Amino acid sequence: MTATDLSFAKENADRLFQRKRLIGYAIPAVILLYLIYIFFAFDLPGLAGRANLNNAVTLASDSWSHKVHVTRDNRSGEITYAVEGERKGTYPEGQRPDWVTGDEVIIIDLGGNHIVRYLPENRTEIELPGFPMIEVQAEGRSLISNLPTDLPDWISASNRRIGITTPEGRITLTGSRTEVFNYFPGWELFWFTLDSPYHGQGLATILFGEQIDPARSNIAGAISDWWNNPMWRHKDVAWAIGETILMAFLGTMGAAIIALPLAFLAAKRFSPVMVLRAATRRLFDFLRGVDALIWTVVLARAFGPGPLTGALAILITDTGTFGKIFSEALENVDGKQIEGVSSTGAKPLQRYRFGVIPQVVPVLLAQILYFLESNTRSATIIGAITGGGIGLMLTQAIQTQKDWEEVAYYIVLIVVMVMFMDWFSGWLRGKLIDRKD
Amino acid sequence: MAEISLSGAPDSVDSIQASYMAQVQRRRLYGGLALLIFAVLMVSGFNVADDRNAGGFWEGLHQIGDYPADVLSEAWEKRADLPSLIAKYFPALVETINIAAVSTLIGAIGGLFLSLLGTRGLARWPRLIPLFRRVADIMRAVPEIVIALVLIFVLGGGPVPAMIAIAIHTAGALGKMFSEVAENADLKPVEGLASTGATWSQRMLLGVLPQVAPNYISYALLRFEINIRASAILGFVGAGGLGYELRNAMAWGPGRFDEAAAIFILLFGTIVFFDQVSSRYRNRLTEGQGQ
Repeated sequence: MTATDLSFAKENADRLFQRKRLIGYAIPAVILLYLIYIFFAFDLPGLAGRANLNNAVTLASDSWSHKVHVTRDNRSGEITYAVEGERKGTYPEGQRPDWVTGDEVIIIDLGGNHIVRYLPENRTEIELPGFPMIEVQAEGRSLISNLPTDLPDWISASNRRIGITTPEGRITLTGSRTEVFNYFPGWELFWFTLDSPYHGQGLATILFGEQIDPARSNIAGAISDWWNNPMWRHKDVAWAIGETILMAFLGTMGAAIIALPLAFLAAKRFSPVMVLRAATRRLFDFLRGVDALIWTVVLARAFGPGPLTGALAILITDTGTFGKIFSEALENVDGKQIEGVSSTGAKPLQRYRFGVIPQVVPVLLAQILYFLESNTRSATIIGAITGGGIGLMLTQAIQTQKDWEEVAYYIVLIVVMVMFMDWFSGWLRGKLIDRKD
Repeated sequence: MAEISLSGAPDSVDSIQASYMAQVQRRRLYGGLALLIFAVLMVSGFNVADDRNAGGFWEGLHQIGDYPADVLSEAWEKRADLPSLIAKYFPALVETINIAAVSTLIGAIGGLFLSLLGTRGLARWPRLIPLFRRVADIMRAVPEIVIALVLIFVLGGGPVPAMIAIAIHTAGALGKMFSEVAENADLKPVEGLASTGATWSQRMLLGVLPQVAPNYISYALLRFEINIRASAILGFVGAGGLGYELRNAMAWGPGRFDEAAAIFILLFGTIVFFDQVSSRYRNRLTEGQGQ
C-alpha cells in the first residue's frame, strides 16, 4: 500500500467521522429544539398559574384517609355525625363516635389537645395548643368571633365564614352551620355501613361467633351486606368491571371472527381478483383510520350509551387491524402444505382448513390474545366516553371531586384488572400455542 | 404423541391405530367443547351487553347510517365552508400531534432506561432488575385516561395532562418491548468496551444502542401511531386538541354538523397519513437490519 492510498483512505475516514459526529450532535439538537418549541406551545410557564396545588393536596390526603363530619345545624341545633358527610354514612340515632362526649355541651376531641366545644345558643369554643382560645357566636347569617385581625395563614376568617385547618382536623363555621372534620387513615365503611349489624364485628366473630342478625345466618348476611354496601357499591363495581372485560372480549373476538374470512380476500395468494383485493384492503384501512373514538361517537347515536356500543366500536376498529395483520400472515404461509393437502384431492375449503389454518393459527392467536389485553385498556377509555363499565364510574367519581378514596379504589381495581388480563392472555397463549405444536 | 414400545411388536399396529383414533377423538371432543364454550360465551355475552345497553342492538342496527348521513349531507350542503373550517381546526390538530410526538419522545427515553436497567447482562444494578420490570409493568397497566383525569383535576385542562399520561403508559409499553430486543443484543461489544474501562453509560451508548437502534426506532414509530389515536381520545375527556373540539362540536348538535365533519376529516386523514409514513419507515428499518 502506498502513501497516497493511505492518505486517501484517511481522508475518507475523516470525512465519515465528521459526518457521523455532525449527525450525533444534530439529532439531540433537533430534539432539544422541538422540546423548547413544545415548552412554549403547551404554555408550560403558565402551568404554575393554572395548577391547583390545593387540589393535589386534597387528592393525596383524601385517597388514603376518610373524615368524619360533626355538624351542628345552627337553626335547629341538631347535631349529626356522618362519615364523609354522606347520608349513607350517617351514624344511627343515639350513636356517635367515641371521641365526642357531653350532652348539653358537645366536646369534640380531635386529638393532640385540639378540642372543639359546641355550646348552647350556637356558641363554639375552639382550643388549640399555642393559640388563644377562639370563641365564635353565630348570629343569623353572620359570625362574631374574638379572632385577632392578624391571623396565621391556617385560619381564614370573614364575618360570614371562618375556616381553620389544623394537622388534626378542619373546622368551618358559617352562620347556618358549624362543622368539624376529623381525619382518620384508611377507607371507612369499606366492608359494612353503619346501619349494618355487622359493622365493627371482627372477621372471627362473623365466621365463628354467635348469630348477630336473627333473620340471617352470619356468613350469608355479612356477604349480602358487603355486596350491597351503599357507600362503596361493590355490586355495581363488580358489574362495571365485568362490563369492561365483556366489551374487550366481545370486541376482540367478534373482530377476529369477521376479519378472518375478509383477510383471505385481501391476501394476494388466495384472492386472484385485483379489484376485490384492493377493495378489501381499503376497507381495512378505512375501518382502522376512522378511529375507535369516531366509531364510538357514531355508534352511540344509534345504540345509545352502554357496553354494547363500546364492544361494537372495538369490534369495528379491530376488524381493520386484524384484517391487515391476518392478511399479512396469510401471505407468508408455506405453499408446500397446501400442495400436499390438495394432492390428496381436497376441495378448496378443505385446503384452507387443513393446509392454511394450522399454519396461521399460532400467529393469529398470539395477536388476538395480545389485543384482548390491550382492548381491556381501550374499553376502560371507551367506557368513559360512551357510558359503560368501570371507565364511567371512574370519570363520575372524579367529576364529583370529593370521593377520592373511591377514585383510588377504582384506579387500583383497573390496574389489577389490566394486569390480570395481561397475565391471563399470556397464560392462555402459552397453553394454546404450545398445544398446537 | 403415543408411546411405542418395541416389545409388543406383532400386534402393535392395531393398538397404535386404536390409540391414535382415541387420541384424535379426544382431541376433537376437546376442540368441540372449547368451541361450544366459546360460542356460548359470545352469545350470552352479547345478550348481557345488549340488555345493559340503553338502546337495543336490533332496534339500533338500521339507525347506524343515520348520524353519518346527517353529518355528511349537512357537510355537503355547506361544502364551501369546509376548507375554512379545516383551517380553523388545524391548530387543534397540531396540538394533538404534538401531544403524541412529545409523549412518544419522552416515553421512548423513559422506556430506554427502563429496558436497559431491566435486562439481564446490561443492567447497571443487577439486583434491581425485578424492581425496574415491575415499575414498567405497572406503568403499562395504568390506562392513560386514569392518569389524565387525575392530572386534569390538579393541573387544569390542556395538553400537559394528556402528554404526561400518554408518556407514562408509553414508557411502560416500550420498556417491555425494548427489553425483549435488548435481551438478544450481542454482549461482546459491551465486554470489549468494559475492558477499556468504559463507564456504564459509555458501554450502553456505544456498545448496545447501535445494535438495537433500528428495532427501537421501529417500535417507537409504531407507538407514535397508537399515541395519535390516544391523544385524540384523551382530548374528548378534556385534555385539549382535536378530541376536545370534537366534543364541543358534537354538543352543538344539528346545524353545526359541518364542524364535526371537518374534524372527522382531519382526524381520519392524520391517522391514515401517519400510519402510512410510519409503516414505510418501519419496513425500511427492519429490512435493513436483516443483513
